[in-house]
Amino acid sequence: MGFLAATGRAFLIFLEATGKLAMFTGAALSHCVRPPFYPRQILRQMIDIGYYSLPVVGLTALFTGMVLALQSYSGFSRFQAEGAIATVVALSVTRELGPVLGGLMVAGRIGAAMAAEIGTMRVTEQIDALSTLSTNPFKYLVAPRLIAGLAMLPLLVLVADIIGVFGGFLVGVYRLDFNPASYIGRTWEFLEPVDVISGLVKAAVFGFMVSLMGCYHGYHSRGGAQGVGAATTNAVVSASILILVWNYLITGIFFSTK
Amino acid sequence: MSQVPPAHPPKILLKDVHKAFGQKVVLNGIDLEVGRGESLVVIGGSGTGKSVMLKCILGLLSPDSGSIRVDGEETTRLRPREREKLLHKFGMLFQGAALFDSLKVWENVAFGLIQGEHMPRAKAKDIAIAKMGAVGLGPEVGELFPSELSGGMQKRVGLARAIADEPEIIFFDEPTTGLDPIMADVINELIVKCVKDLGATAVTITHDMASARKIADRVAMIYQGRIIWTGHANDIDHSGNPYVDQFVHGRGEGPIKMQVRAL
Repeated sequence: MGFLAATGRAFLIFLEATGKLAMFTGAALSHCVRPPFYPRQILRQMIDIGYYSLPVVGLTALFTGMVLALQSYSGFSRFQAEGAIATVVALSVTRELGPVLGGLMVAGRIGAAMAAEIGTMRVTEQIDALSTLSTNPFKYLVAPRLIAGLAMLPLLVLVADIIGVFGGFLVGVYRLDFNPASYIGRTWEFLEPVDVISGLVKAAVFGFMVSLMGCYHGYHSRGGAQGVGAATTNAVVSASILILVWNYLITGIFFSTK
Repeated sequence: MSQVPPAHPPKILLKDVHKAFGQKVVLNGIDLEVGRGESLVVIGGSGTGKSVMLKCILGLLSPDSGSIRVDGEETTRLRPREREKLLHKFGMLFQGAALFDSLKVWENVAFGLIQGEHMPRAKAKDIAIAKMGAVGLGPEVGELFPSELSGGMQKRVGLARAIADEPEIIFFDEPTTGLDPIMADVINELIVKCVKDLGATAVTITHDMASARKIADRVAMIYQGRIIWTGHANDIDHSGNPYVDQFVHGRGEGPIKMQVRAL
């Protein structure tokens, strides 16, 4: 009986958390589309997410593209398929690695910062202060972050795609002695719009998830410094897991031809 | 329940308000009335439900049962938009000041004017600087960030923010906690002056008796989630209530038992 009770309790806690998150998401979304809007806050978040994440996402993409070229060369040369390297790099980066690694890096950078900032505002009563100043905290804090995450991650990933392919190009040309023109030709040859578009759709979903998790865990944090620390950890972990799960689901939707 | 006559309803009226968090009962049938233009001080120990009561009136928490009326209007089941409108009447000074640390001091003071009332920033800044003057802060402080201020100055900024859009009702949550006695007295004087200048209704929760004596017209004592005594501020030393006596004189011995060790 003890085992059944424990299972039941865990299941109830899971249902409660799911319901709480669903209601939070619903409320946040409804505030995203209803005025008043806070353009100043949206702009600030866009700069924070889009512009200040460029270095870390760019570096990630650069080294990912470089290592991809190197790895696939050592693998493909076993069966004389070195010519496919440019294509492999372009497809892997645009479809998978750009959005996923970019999303994970942003989860670490932005999701954590959002949870810590909103969590600190919660425990120091700043969120209550917003309400007493006739400002809805969902509209002022949550909606701008969701909008900015949704809008900026695709742009970031577009830049990451270009840098990643360029990383592969650098290794291909300067280390593996490919002809630059033919490497670029090979990159374009098999790349289709859907490869890039599916990656950008993923990016938009991941951006939304990262902001949502950062806001949700920050908003519900309690109990001082320790609570804010826990909220930050939970935001990054849950955003990373959601990114990996949704990556699989979206890939299934776009490419399940068989 | 009989309808309150519309001519002179009390500014705030609480009837049998209950609130529990899980198993823990915090408010256990609060009855409280605050008249127009009156300054009420609610005293009581830590964890007796003072803050929760204020948050219920503001709608930051919703009570489990009971009635809360502001100007005769029932507020416990307001829709979010009506609630936002109602909150225009309120100003609040939080215990830790709760200043927005990403904004400059003047933007904090002007926040309710810019975001709540959509006033142009330049005009709001002028008003903010005037309000800061009223609490004894020069315009140069306006360009600083809250983290650059001392605790006493943060409280003053919090007070300026609470009075900036001229509320009808102001709440003070432990206004003197964490301040030295001189700064505490400065804050008390400012509270009395600001409330009088605005003609506002004030509710202060505190456990600082010096502060209570200075601010209060009327005093209410909260204990175990109920109001156990209310009376005129002058009567506080001869209330005839052993709980009030013990609290006012700060005695360890008496009907209020502090649990100082685990049972």
